[in-house]
Amino acid sequence: MQDFAVITNWIHDFLISTLGLPTWLTVTIECVAIGIGLLLLYALLALFYIYFERKLCAAFQCRLGPNRVGPWGLLQSFADMFKILIKELIELKNIDKFLFALAPYLVIIASMLAFAVLPWGNGLQIIDFNIGIFFLIAVSSIGVLGILLAGWSSNNKFTLIGALRSGSQMVSYELSIGLSVLTMVCLAGSMSVGDIVAEQNRMWFIFSGHLPAIIAFIIYMIAGTAETNRGPFDLPEAESELTAGYHTEYSGIHFGFFYLAEYLNLFIVSGVAALLFFGGWMPLHFPGWDTFNHIMDYIPGVIWFLGKAFVLSAIIIWFKWTFPRLRIDQMLNLEWKYLLPINLVNLVLMACIIIFDWKI
Amino acid sequence: MIALDIFGISNNALLAVTAAITGAGLVGLAMWIAGLISPKSFNPQKGEPYECGIPTRGESMSQFRVGYYLYAILFLMFDVETVFLFPWAVQMRELGVGGIISIAVFFCILVLGLVYAWRKGALEWK
Repeated sequence: MQDFAVITNWIHDFLISTLGLPTWLTVTIECVAIGIGLLLLYALLALFYIYFERKLCAAFQCRLGPNRVGPWGLLQSFADMFKILIKELIELKNIDKFLFALAPYLVIIASMLAFAVLPWGNGLQIIDFNIGIFFLIAVSSIGVLGILLAGWSSNNKFTLIGALRSGSQMVSYELSIGLSVLTMVCLAGSMSVGDIVAEQNRMWFIFSGHLPAIIAFIIYMIAGTAETNRGPFDLPEAESELTAGYHTEYSGIHFGFFYLAEYLNLFIVSGVAALLFFGGWMPLHFPGWDTFNHIMDYIPGVIWFLGKAFVLSAIIIWFKWTFPRLRIDQMLNLEWKYLLPINLVNLVLMACIIIFDWKI
Repeated sequence: MIALDIFGISNNALLAVTAAITGAGLVGLAMWIAGLISPKSFNPQKGEPYECGIPTRGESMSQFRVGYYLYAILFLMFDVETVFLFPWAVQMRELGVGGIISIAVFFCILVLGLVYAWRKGALEWK
């Protein structure tokens, strides 16, 4: 398996030894390099996801989708972003200016921090806390604050209702995400993202985790769809009821940030699913199939990770274009009366399987 | 087994701050560029809330139904529970049967809380 740390260590040694820079300068240069890389990756992925969703939804509806700007319409989302940059930022009356300006920062920072935790390949991971997955859940809940602030500060009744719906929905489904992750942490025996991936060297958790892993995966996918405010859980921005929900009053690039973060959150949710259930960047391995495992090792980890994440997000996008929107009471019932009890039982089942070695 | 830190910086907090600054930088930079190249025009009508077309009535930052609040409180209870369960989940194999029995007591109290909220009708959207 290729180890990306070789390249980063070489750059580090090059800066320290060959150029003879002091440590603080080296660290600063490296942090700036990481920041620029993260920024480019974030923006490019979000733009790619916008294109990806538009193409997929066109396919589901027997249309062509964007096909004019660039080959196969690949540059469509770049053109859209440029157009959104040159739109006027409308100054509104009676809004809470500070909170109104703060909201996009919170939303973007939350998704950026969660994005930085994802492992892209062997050694290709920016933040590696030993409580990585816990950190990821913690920072992704900052996003709710941004949305609540956006809705509250806009001085509009629709945005207020949208923000409250979004708040109650994201907060509720965060429990299911947390408990599903907890179930998998039980299996992995570690909260570090790197350890969780390394643990799946023999077999991915979806295969080796017995029944509870499959239940946790299904619940995670449902909760992840709700967490990103996508259909069938798109009540916060239900166009037919609330114009555009919590970001109705935002104009131009100010709105664009919510749009970017929404697509990036889709990637993060599917990336975490890939990490917990499908082995992150780990190639497909089966115990005993040595030749097969060796062939799989030749495919780079980045491709494995991105491939899994894209397939899982395609499933989430598929949900959106298949199911009709839920009502708010149905949405909350689904979480509190079905997913949460099932998840609790599932956690106990997983604990029993590990401790008492039950065979299911 | 796997070298995980990029550039040998072992201080993850520094990297987390870098990521946060990058996020803020993305918003700040884009807002700055948009401020330079976007047009500006003034019209008193533009400042009105985007609602139904007729002048808005009443306060918009108004009261909202208590149902949302109840769910938030319930969430708080279960989220704190999840935080307490995480350390046990990591140490589960070492703690063994004793650990699972002690966590079962904690778990039962929590499930009782959920049952109580359910019976009281806190989970009904009225």
